[in-house]
Amino acid sequence: MVYAPPARHLLRARDLADARFFEPLDVDDMAAAAGLSRAHFSREFRRAFGESPHAYLLTRRLERAASMLRYTDRSVADICFSVGLASVGSFTSSFTRTYGVTPTAYRARFPPAVAHAIIPSCIVRAYGRPQRSTNGEDRNVGPE
Amino acid sequence: MIRIANAQLWVQDQDEALAFYTEKLGWEVRADVTLPEMGDFRWLTVGPADQEDFAVVLMAIPGPPVFEEETAEQLRSVVAKGVAAPIFLTTDDCHAAYEDLRARGVEFVDTPEERPYGIDASFRDPSGNHIRLTQVQLANV
Repeated sequence: MVYAPPARHLLRARDLADARFFEPLDVDDMAAAAGLSRAHFSREFRRAFGESPHAYLLTRRLERAASMLRYTDRSVADICFSVGLASVGSFTSSFTRTYGVTPTAYRARFPPAVAHAIIPSCIVRAYGRPQRSTNGEDRNVGPE
Repeated sequence: MIRIANAQLWVQDQDEALAFYTEKLGWEVRADVTLPEMGDFRWLTVGPADQEDFAVVLMAIPGPPVFEEETAEQLRSVVAKGVAAPIFLTTDDCHAAYEDLRARGVEFVDTPEERPYGIDASFRDPSGNHIRLTQVQLANV
């Protein structure tokens, strides 16, 4: 067996969030991908990447939703479901807390010209993901 | 004119990396030389068969005396976290390449997606290096 630093397993879990955020994925699935118990996983993930897996997964979804609001004319509900979230109400409140405006108001802010920037998607993904406090939403994931 | 010849990736294990880049990605070995007089340093490079003047160096993360143990461990961790610099590949058909690589067990981070500049996807090598695969379609811009 080839040596892999522990962080490699945590990266695999984070990659799962990036690759399959549009499915009904949760922190348990991420912990399973890393081969760790949920509480241990959350602690180790935070140590490696500086935020909880819950916050990472949610901001990944919000970043994708924001991108779709800017670049497409799909409805807010459609965008909510297509980033793996099941409740339009929670999506709207998470989005509004994070971006400071509702999804509809956010969309109205961006001119169509933004769609023409030639920036690789990895850059958009890494730099466009919002920073946010988790507002206690992580409280139910155990010690971190 | 100054041109590019090699770019280097740090890898956790050279044999594992070699298997990935040749068997999964389908590249060829350009150089595989071990130098006993240099502590068995192994110069290992791979590249696409139809692009002979460019190769990727698969560089093992050295311990002492090259890097002291703390630095080596930090570097291993940085690569494993996926923070090390990515490489950018291009293909004529991103969807076909995705299906092909996925069938060989490659771990994808981004599935093929339409972007203003074309279609792209990304995957990991076994060490944690981030590799983008883009089908450039500037006509889209």
